[in-house]
Amino acid sequence: MTKTALSVLTVLAAIVVIWYLAVAPMNIRVALDQAERAGATIDPPSAVERREMSSWVLMAKNRDYISEGYALDRPRLPTPVQVGQELWKTTGAMVLNGRTWSKRSLIYHGWITLQSTFWGFLLGTTIGIVGAIAIVQSRVIEMSVMPWAIISQAIPIVALAPMIIVLSSQVGIEGRGFPKALISSYLCFFPVLVGMVKGLRSPSAEQLDLLKTYSASGVQRFMKLRVPASLPYLFTSLKIGIAAALVGAIVGELPTGAISGLGARILIGDQFGTPLAIWAALFAAAILAGVLVTLLDRTQQALLRRMGMRS
Amino acid sequence: MTDTAISADNLSLTFQTNDGPVHALKDVSLDINKGDFVSFIGPSGCGKTTFLRCMADLEQPTGGSITVNGVSAREARKSRAYGYVFQHAGLYPWRTIGRNVRLPLEIMGYPKADQDARIKRVLELVDLAGFEKKFPWQLSGGMQQRASIARALAFDADILLMDEPFGALDEIVRDHLNEQLLRLWAKTQKTIAFVTHSIPEAVYLSTKIVVMSPRPGRISDVIENPLPAERPLDIRDTQAFLDVAHRVREGLRAGHSYD
Repeated sequence: MTKTALSVLTVLAAIVVIWYLAVAPMNIRVALDQAERAGATIDPPSAVERREMSSWVLMAKNRDYISEGYALDRPRLPTPVQVGQELWKTTGAMVLNGRTWSKRSLIYHGWITLQSTFWGFLLGTTIGIVGAIAIVQSRVIEMSVMPWAIISQAIPIVALAPMIIVLSSQVGIEGRGFPKALISSYLCFFPVLVGMVKGLRSPSAEQLDLLKTYSASGVQRFMKLRVPASLPYLFTSLKIGIAAALVGAIVGELPTGAISGLGARILIGDQFGTPLAIWAALFAAAILAGVLVTLLDRTQQALLRRMGMRS
Repeated sequence: MTDTAISADNLSLTFQTNDGPVHALKDVSLDINKGDFVSFIGPSGCGKTTFLRCMADLEQPTGGSITVNGVSAREARKSRAYGYVFQHAGLYPWRTIGRNVRLPLEIMGYPKADQDARIKRVLELVDLAGFEKKFPWQLSGGMQQRASIARALAFDADILLMDEPFGALDEIVRDHLNEQLLRLWAKTQKTIAFVTHSIPEAVYLSTKIVVMSPRPGRISDVIENPLPAERPLDIRDTQAFLDVAHRVREGLRAGHSYD
């Protein structure tokens, strides 16, 4: 146990080290530009000349300014500590100041995104499960639905998202909630569909024969065999599905001109040239995804244990 | 009411495969009387399992006819005339032993109190009392197979079809289960059709041994077992036992003579 923890920490430390090492070459130009504006003598002195040179050469010629790259206001690549500080500033510190639901708070934006994720997940999971049941029950439905489900995943969601928004406002749906949930469910339903089809089909021929010898009805076969057999598959796909739903919700916030939500924060950070805001929003999204997947994982383990399965 | 439980008349089953037709069964005729313990023995591909599956209406014969309890195999299945024990115990891993035995009772709509009583009774019958709340993976292979026999005994079917139920178990466990099965058969008075690979098992258990041979699958000998009903395990060392086993072996060899 401690040995595993040690290995995991080692890998984590290596990632952080690589990140720190990468900050210097990524930020050297910005650091030199800033130093030049502050009146320092840089080699070479003009930004135009520097553009022709590689980061490594610039670093070699201006060793004194490398450290500046680690403390920029608008770094190309912020350090982990800077990202952490920005995250704290927009979450924990906001809570302490009583400004949890301020427009600058990532908790507020995260909550907006989480809501879309939730509705998208609910919608996507429902579509996925119902679709899988229909596909398993009927060969005709399988042949007519499955290809479309696969094709749907080949269309980039970024291309589809604006159309979904335009179309839903065309049919008179106010606000961004519904189109965002729809975009989110578009990414989410597929893993659930595929996983459930596989799960519902997982009973062996012998298990099906057994029910036949009892002269069991189709409903009984479904409820007593196919459904319980599919549960481990369902949870595995739900975990993928909820992460996909979160991605969908964020993507749904990008092209919609939304001003709230993690996606909107990323877009605004890009437009206003504040990389720290982007990074903080990215990490907030990652943490959110981690929490959601962990919650589902715990539920899965508890349920499967109750069902007597070894996990 | 006749005394015949299962009757096959010129039964044939041909599978159409890419390599041409395969005659799994050809012109098989056999009567199994009520209360008989009939073993089917033969090499792989002789159609013994297919024959059993025809009785269970899990395969459709392509020729001839088969009746179970005087009606067609399909009607017999619809009226839940038999319990079937598969080669692998096939217990549902998400159900406890008790709930596995309950499965057929739930499906057939027995009242709850009756279900409980039956589960208790059949688990005692197969020596698994006290294991009701265990999950299948917590039991050994032999115990799992006993649970699957209990499952087949739980409802009122007077025929038991068993497809190599002990094939995957080791010899010691198998001996033990054979003994138990005989006792169970004596107690329940069921008609049992039992598919096996093992000559001693067939001779030890049966009142009637059906020797089958492959390509095409057919019956090459039917042996009425002269051994007494009371059979301790060491009956297998008696001359009478060895004589029957010898005749089975001869029958198996005859079936192989021309290939």
